[in-house]
Amino acid sequence: MGAHADLIPIHVLTGFLGSGKTTVLKRLLQSPRLTDTAVLVNEFGEVGLDHHLIEHASESTLLLDNGCLCCAVRGDLQVSLRELLDRRERGEIPRFERVVIETSGLADPVPIAYTVLADPLVQHHYRLGNIVTVVDAVNTLAGLSRFPESEKQVLTADHLLISKLDLADAEDPRALLARLNPSARISDASDLDPAALLADDLYTEAGKKRAVETWRQAPTEHSHGSAMTSFCLTFDAPLDWSAFGIWMTMLLNRHGEKVLRIKGMLNVAGLSAPVLVNGVQHIVHPPTHLDAWPDEDRRSRLIFITRDMQREPIEASLVAFNRLANRQAA
Amino acid sequence: MCSLCGMLGGRGHWTESTSHPEAFRRETPSTRGRERQQRTRQVNRVLAHYGLVVSDFSGTGYVLRTRTGRSAIIANLTELWAEAERLTGRACDPLDGALLTALEDS
Repeated sequence: MGAHADLIPIHVLTGFLGSGKTTVLKRLLQSPRLTDTAVLVNEFGEVGLDHHLIEHASESTLLLDNGCLCCAVRGDLQVSLRELLDRRERGEIPRFERVVIETSGLADPVPIAYTVLADPLVQHHYRLGNIVTVVDAVNTLAGLSRFPESEKQVLTADHLLISKLDLADAEDPRALLARLNPSARISDASDLDPAALLADDLYTEAGKKRAVETWRQAPTEHSHGSAMTSFCLTFDAPLDWSAFGIWMTMLLNRHGEKVLRIKGMLNVAGLSAPVLVNGVQHIVHPPTHLDAWPDEDRRSRLIFITRDMQREPIEASLVAFNRLANRQAA
Repeated sequence: MCSLCGMLGGRGHWTESTSHPEAFRRETPSTRGRERQQRTRQVNRVLAHYGLVVSDFSGTGYVLRTRTGRSAIIANLTELWAEAERLTGRACDPLDGALLTALEDS
């Protein structure tokens, strides 16, 4: 079994109803950089509108015909991903280097991540890439508090793409989105960077650097005026990896539904380079690393996006668990 | 890997650094056995608060036991917490102040 970085990345393109994700996908697929992309499209309702909109990619397109992708996705997605591989092996479709799943507007991206990371056969061939969420600068932002599906799409994203920015007459939504999800890169959908969105991710060198650059700018704490809070914990002393694993599995077992995202760069005791961790609710990606620290700052940084959870107890708990390891070593 | 079901695949659990050598480049690599021993020692200090103890099972899993002799075989830390809660009927919460105090005193 090869390294995680050698697996086929599956990127998730999501966004609330009418946000313009199909337009984004269509434009992305026109990039020469992304010609070797297989696309899975969620067909919502009887008419596969999305399918017609991206028909130029139909050679590698499988329609999921059970409506909302997140409700019954596992079986269908597993079958679709396996079928893609089978068809590729039989020569029915060209070789592909990545898969893009375009979700329905009401989809929860987390079950898709779960399917990719939990299914043994799927994880043998694929890994989860980026969750890219298209945010309509006018309607999506106005409806965030009313539509939990939309809010979750924003909070779990690795990349936020703002569409219809020219129609927004309020303040620049970038600042608001950065407060909501400080771990995500934010860009204008009218100025797409295909490589950053669907080629690089946390398992490519360029993707790691981009992600870490964003994480290092995360504010210490931000309350969203609702139950959602994001904060960044920093630790001066190196963390013990065993203690961290015990702590985080315990935290996610009990509070995973409230921890929408954890991303971070850890100074692990005994290592000279930082380890990157990345979790979505109960799901944790395999850890990866940077080749070297980006600068002299060697502190561990952990960004949390949570619901109904506060910073202080989480910080105190991790400190206590890490102290256990130190005491044991003494 | 889902922390609720802990479903096993062909790849090691994310907490096992020796299963991800590309991410944990140590000058002096830890062995899998040594890492498991260290993890077992540490987690037992937490489990003591709940009256539980875990031991290695053939280097492939762990056996979780209560004081009354009930036991369960688990594969990794993710499964451990769900099983600990099932065996004890208690919430194993790392944010619980009583647990943190017990860890300080242990």
